[in-house]
Amino acid sequence: MTPALYNFILKTADDCFILGHRNSEWTGFGPFMEEDIAFASMAQDKIGHAWLLYKMLDENPAAAETLAFKRAEKDFKCCHFVEQPIGEYDFSLMRHFLFDHADQLRYEMLMNSSFEPLAHFAKKFKGELKYHTMHADTFILQLGNGNEESKARMQSALNFCLPLALGIFEAYEGEQEIIAQNIFAGEKVLQAKWVGKISPIIKDAGLKMPDINTLQAVNGGRHGFHSDYLQPLLKEMREVVDAFPDATEW
Amino acid sequence: MKSFDPRVNRINPIEEKTEMNIGEAWEPYEVFHQKKRGDHHIHVGSVHAPNAAQALLFAKEQYGRRQNCVNMWVVRTADVTQFQYDDADIFETAIDKEYREAYGFKVRDKINAYKKQQTESK
Repeated sequence: MTPALYNFILKTADDCFILGHRNSEWTGFGPFMEEDIAFASMAQDKIGHAWLLYKMLDENPAAAETLAFKRAEKDFKCCHFVEQPIGEYDFSLMRHFLFDHADQLRYEMLMNSSFEPLAHFAKKFKGELKYHTMHADTFILQLGNGNEESKARMQSALNFCLPLALGIFEAYEGEQEIIAQNIFAGEKVLQAKWVGKISPIIKDAGLKMPDINTLQAVNGGRHGFHSDYLQPLLKEMREVVDAFPDATEW
Repeated sequence: MKSFDPRVNRINPIEEKTEMNIGEAWEPYEVFHQKKRGDHHIHVGSVHAPNAAQALLFAKEQYGRRQNCVNMWVVRTADVTQFQYDDADIFETAIDKEYREAYGFKVRDKINAYKKQQTESK
């Protein structure tokens, strides 16, 4: 595996892994029971995707655990967007909406990837991702068209999220190689598709889409520069692993 | 006592509570699950939701992932018309009409139970 491909898979996996962990923090604290279960289940899907991608990077059975639990913060390649604390439900829902549309489109594009294992997973993830965006769209439409408070909250969540969401599409080391080898058409192509996909839904939800061109993307994650939130997240996630550093079985 | 769950310690309890009355914007929906195409949709339970689209989303997570599923229905519980249990006597018959009783259904249940038992013991 080339370093470029490794890097591409790693950052894709890290996004899913960290967001999956973040969203799992809602378990038991969701706004109501049915949604609690749905949100936790989608978080679990995300961690499942990360797990499969990590395993693709290294055939050693312990490799996924090592990548997840033993890696230094600077070696993570996730974007700042997924690192942000869950905040209130408006933020978490908006992040879920923005991220999962990008995720779904990414795997749609990967279905034609020249790297067969990625094309295979893209087909495998299809159903779960369809549900994720269906869930997100239903909520965005419901709350955007809800009452004055829900509309105001969704609009401010959108305004807050967009610069962070643009960080999903930050260029990474080796991207030109990935494009040239027809592994993936590139982050800029994905971003354009994503804007085309989310804009009409945001409009139908009665919200105003800020002008993307005027926003400054929150970048850095793809190069190992993270927000202040990642390190505490890793520490909390690894508490048990760190307590038993020599454990080989769980 | 301080909780060991970091999530609990992150919460700042909201002092001002939102009042929500029973039935306000929320309704129960009955959920029907179809195991494979052509099968009957079978009633499996209910969910609470503000509208039918969301009821379907929740039905999928509550009832669609523990067994095979190809389709689901949700129906507003309020839209189900039913008899009162007080009126159950309307199902009683004055004279013996055993000839009308659908034993075929009972036999089918037995056959299905037997088949299931056979496949499970394999």
